[in-house]
Amino acid sequence: MQTNVIIWIAVMALATCACRVVPLILIKKPIENVFFQSFLYYVPYVTLAVMTFPAILEATQSPIAGAGALAAGIALAWIGANLYQVAVACCVTVFVLELFLC
Amino acid sequence: MQTGKDIFLKGMRDGIPIGIGYFAVAFSLGIIAKKCGFTAIQGFFASLSTYASAGQYIGFTLYAADAALVQLIIMTVITNARYLLMGFALNQRIPEGTGRFRRFLIGLTITDEIFGITIAREGPVVPNYGLGAALVAVPLWSLGTALGIYMGNVLPLNVVSALSVALYGMFLAVIIPPARKDKKILACIIAAFAASYACTYAPVISQMSSGNRTILLTVVLSTLAAVIFPKKKKEAGDAD
Repeated sequence: MQTNVIIWIAVMALATCACRVVPLILIKKPIENVFFQSFLYYVPYVTLAVMTFPAILEATQSPIAGAGALAAGIALAWIGANLYQVAVACCVTVFVLELFLC
Repeated sequence: MQTGKDIFLKGMRDGIPIGIGYFAVAFSLGIIAKKCGFTAIQGFFASLSTYASAGQYIGFTLYAADAALVQLIIMTVITNARYLLMGFALNQRIPEGTGRFRRFLIGLTITDEIFGITIAREGPVVPNYGLGAALVAVPLWSLGTALGIYMGNVLPLNVVSALSVALYGMFLAVIIPPARKDKKILACIIAAFAASYACTYAPVISQMSSGNRTILLTVVLSTLAAVIFPKKKKEAGDAD
């Protein structure tokens, strides 16, 4: 049975809020444990990478267009483009590639 | 000397470019939310209360997969673990003696971008700056989400297809620049791409829901990275 959508949204908001405020109101001393510190350091990159690929290939009509967007996004982010330039470049790449592919 | 009001207004001004970008990316998130079964009103309030791109993405897809609330909580915490790090980093810059409520308010304003401008601003961290920025950026984020849900099926298929990668572009813009500076992060990302690709198609593991797969891969790969490339104590907090 699917959870009530209002409860779902509330739990999502509260769990996110906890991530934002807990370090500030409860933990005022820096974490000493090297393993835990290192683990927390790598988690965001691993999660976002896992969520991006191969999902980006399935988001578009043609997986080749998704692969093109991935390549364009990595290249632009690498040379220092900002968040919105990267996002727009990914969209334009898909749009142009799909003119030929679809 | 800047008054609290000056700082708040400065935050609002700096929040405008962020809000415009949010609007565009939220539209892409809205398209996904629509596929996951959310109405425009639900999407609007989800964005207004959560305002976290990757966190909402995972929350919406888990809802569509009929996942349990426990899974939602675990995944939300993992996806937003970077906010914990940002909180630790902000802790270093908040003046001593700042009350618990003001610290709470500073925490509430954390998003990738607002944290970025808050930490880049000189001087001690105070709540008003981030609150000003959030007051501009978060409503635009929410409006973009609602519009993406509402317009997703009005727009032609090729436009929707193009817009749907904006969110992934935003993820790439968060992970790639640090990877250029720190080759250990680069190694993690390459390993994550490879493992995620393999697990999507491998027998048994591909039967798991994508949310569970993300938890498993994140915990396994981050543990490996922490063991192979431990961070020295001094480096803590400079993750961003």
